[in-house]
Amino acid sequence: MALQSLDIKQRSATTTPAPSVRQTTEVAKLIDVSACIGCKACQAACMEWNDIRDEVGINTGVYDNPVDLTAKSWTVMRFAEVEEGGRLQWLIRKDGCMHCADPGCLKACPAPGAIVQYANGVVDFHQENCIGCGYCVTGCPFNVPRISKDDGKAYKCSLCSDRVAVGQAPACAKACPTGAIQYGSKSDMKDYAAKRIADLNERGFAKAGLYDPAGVGGTHVMYVLHHADRPQLYNGLPADPGISPLVSLWKGFAKPLASLAIGAVALGSLFHYVMKGPNEVSKDMEKEVEKETEQ
Amino acid sequence: MIRDPKDLQRYTPQERANHWVVGISFILLALSGLAFFHPAFYPLSYLFGGGTWARILHPYIGVFMAFFFVLMFLRFRMLNVMTKTDKEWLSRVGEMVDGDDHNMPEQGKYNGGQKAMFWASVVCMVLLLVSGVLIWQAQFSPPIGLVRLGAVVHAVAAVAMIALILIHAYAAIWVKGTIRAMWYGTVTRAWAKQHHRAWYREVTGK
Repeated sequence: MALQSLDIKQRSATTTPAPSVRQTTEVAKLIDVSACIGCKACQAACMEWNDIRDEVGINTGVYDNPVDLTAKSWTVMRFAEVEEGGRLQWLIRKDGCMHCADPGCLKACPAPGAIVQYANGVVDFHQENCIGCGYCVTGCPFNVPRISKDDGKAYKCSLCSDRVAVGQAPACAKACPTGAIQYGSKSDMKDYAAKRIADLNERGFAKAGLYDPAGVGGTHVMYVLHHADRPQLYNGLPADPGISPLVSLWKGFAKPLASLAIGAVALGSLFHYVMKGPNEVSKDMEKEVEKETEQ
Repeated sequence: MIRDPKDLQRYTPQERANHWVVGISFILLALSGLAFFHPAFYPLSYLFGGGTWARILHPYIGVFMAFFFVLMFLRFRMLNVMTKTDKEWLSRVGEMVDGDDHNMPEQGKYNGGQKAMFWASVVCMVLLLVSGVLIWQAQFSPPIGLVRLGAVVHAVAAVAMIALILIHAYAAIWVKGTIRAMWYGTVTRAWAKQHHRAWYREVTGK
């Protein structure tokens, strides 16, 4: 609820255009996985700024803590141990909402205004409009939204939309001690990534690259990956994410057509009645049966 | 109330009550479900106390309806077995729709169209129940692929069911003297002889 309505680009379950007179700069967060040391300062900053404390979990034998994203943990460091060229590589990915340009959650959401996309690219959940159906979960190609067991509402990273709205960097970017999380305009972030990738290429990571998947129209959280050819190495980051065709079918052109078909059946019935008249018992039949019954 | 002692009993009180429990549940489900189907219908959720309440109530009403639908299925399934005559009736349904049913093949308690409606709604109900469980995120969390499939199947089956029930209701309105069978259980002898002659003979012996 940080930005005003003038900055809304898309609104869930809304079929008319959003206010669009004002154009704002597209922003992005760049996560340089090659510079991440897995300190979890971003996780701590996230819970600090958003003032949310998750329940204390359990240790499952790996560094991931909490084990998964939850309604109260909007970002999680995922640690993958991968053997590459006879060397162990520790690939640490900060997981959370990718803020897709074409957000599957927003597309799937049936509640007007429960999910919005701001003109700067941030995708935000407005919990006061959320009905808790979980459709956003089916729409998301990255498995990010979580439904709270306490209140039945959906939660995820807001890209600190309240901070971003007043020109501040997201809390995680502010807290990162190695500069692995950068924040700025999307084009600046791409320039910064290009430099990092060139550096990684020189240092033996020939396949280093930027993760800004076209299948979801690009994202407003991007990764610099040492192995951009195999994003799955990073705890199953999808290589070619996209909104499931089932969701597109379910939320696409089929629904207006089906609504029209239902209307046509109802109207067709009315006009059938008007044009053919009711199907009544004929007078002859009444007489015939009367005679029969008297016998 | 007995309007005419010669009238024929078509439905028992239990059958009628069962039908209307299912019917009322269906109306509530259609209204609350349409609210999530397309934004144009979202205001229907206010009939249930808002979007969140509609989301909470819809699946419980669904389970309730499914239970009574099964009872109704058990009551009527033997009467809805398709026969050769039913198939012939269905192949000539155009004449019926055109408003002239005098030459239609002789029908028992239900005609081919009614039987087709019965089986189509059974299929829809099964699909709706199974897919509904898959997308009931407050109670279940199946694999995401199944949830996505469930959402599509639920929407398709729901549209089919709404269209079927509209046709079902219209047929009852169109064929005069039919609705009373589901209100208070009886039909006139002339109605029975015109529309369901074989059944008429069976119950009257004429």
